Amino acid sequence: MQFDSFSDFLAMGGYGFYIWLAYGLTYGLLIGLVVYCFWEVKAFHQNFRQKLARAQRIKQYQEAEHQ
Amino acid sequence: MFKWLHPLAKPETLYHFCGRLFPWLMLSAIGILLFGNLWGLVFAPQDYQQFDTVRIIYIHVPSALLSMSTYTMMAIAAFIALVWQVKVAQWSVLAIAPIGAVFTAISLLTGMAWGKPMWGTWWEWDARLTSQLILLFLYLGVIALYGAFSDRQTGGKVASLLAVIGIVNIPIIHFSVEWWNTLHQGASITKFDTPSVHPSMLWPLLISLLGFYLLMLALVCLRLRTAILEHEQHRPWVRATLGGH
Repeated sequence: MQFDSFSDFLAMGGYGFYIWLAYGLTYGLLIGLVVYCFWEVKAFHQNFRQKLARAQRIKQYQEAEHQ
Repeated sequence: MFKWLHPLAKPETLYHFCGRLFPWLMLSAIGILLFGNLWGLVFAPQDYQQFDTVRIIYIHVPSALLSMSTYTMMAIAAFIALVWQVKVAQWSVLAIAPIGAVFTAISLLTGMAWGKPMWGTWWEWDARLTSQLILLFLYLGVIALYGAFSDRQTGGKVASLLAVIGIVNIPIIHFSVEWWNTLHQGASITKFDTPSVHPSMLWPLLISLLGFYLLMLALVCLRLRTAILEHEQHRPWVRATLGGH
């Protein structure tokens, strides 16, 4: 352990601002990227289900008309 | 020897292959990245010249190395897509690009936060910094070119072409600190010599690097799966897999 206390750790020998800025930006961007990638999966599945349901409805109407 | 790779050119096989890999890659990436970064932040020693600012190295160097190896990976996929017309190689170019762009942005931003206290400036038009900025523009160019064509096939080809041409920037970034008199320091690890970093800092750095690597592979798997579904959604196997009728 390189630090005596938690406030010592946050201060980073006076360079706290720069170090936490760097780590904050890094984790902010990484978490944003991960969330975006999962959102893409969700968006595809939603879209896909909607398209399937629509195709199903069209088919049903067409069958109903022919009867 | 590499015959096991052949079935992976089939979208359906690759989709399931990536799906099996993804949870392991993602979980190990999170664990290893946090472990390496915490080691670097809490237990690794200070630098005798840079004091605590050296702790930025545990995100700056891994993201910078990853930005270049991710680009190399994308360029290889683009080359395969152009020469052998492998569909999944084409799709993976676009799956990889945004991930590489984020790593490049991270390397630039962490470099700025390190440069201000140590060099006295956030930015300098130095060869290393400028060539790294060009790498970011190359990634963004690949994404933008793909989106600029209404025909996905044409867009993919043009984007792949840019990805292949842009590979020339990778050795320029790597050797920029030797070829020009840069503010940025020379290589400490990626050189043909024993690394000039003390083990107490080298280990957390290598572990953080592995964490970044696994995260990149995990996200490529995830995005490639989405891309495969997107392109193959009218095929029967997608409906069978996703439970449609």
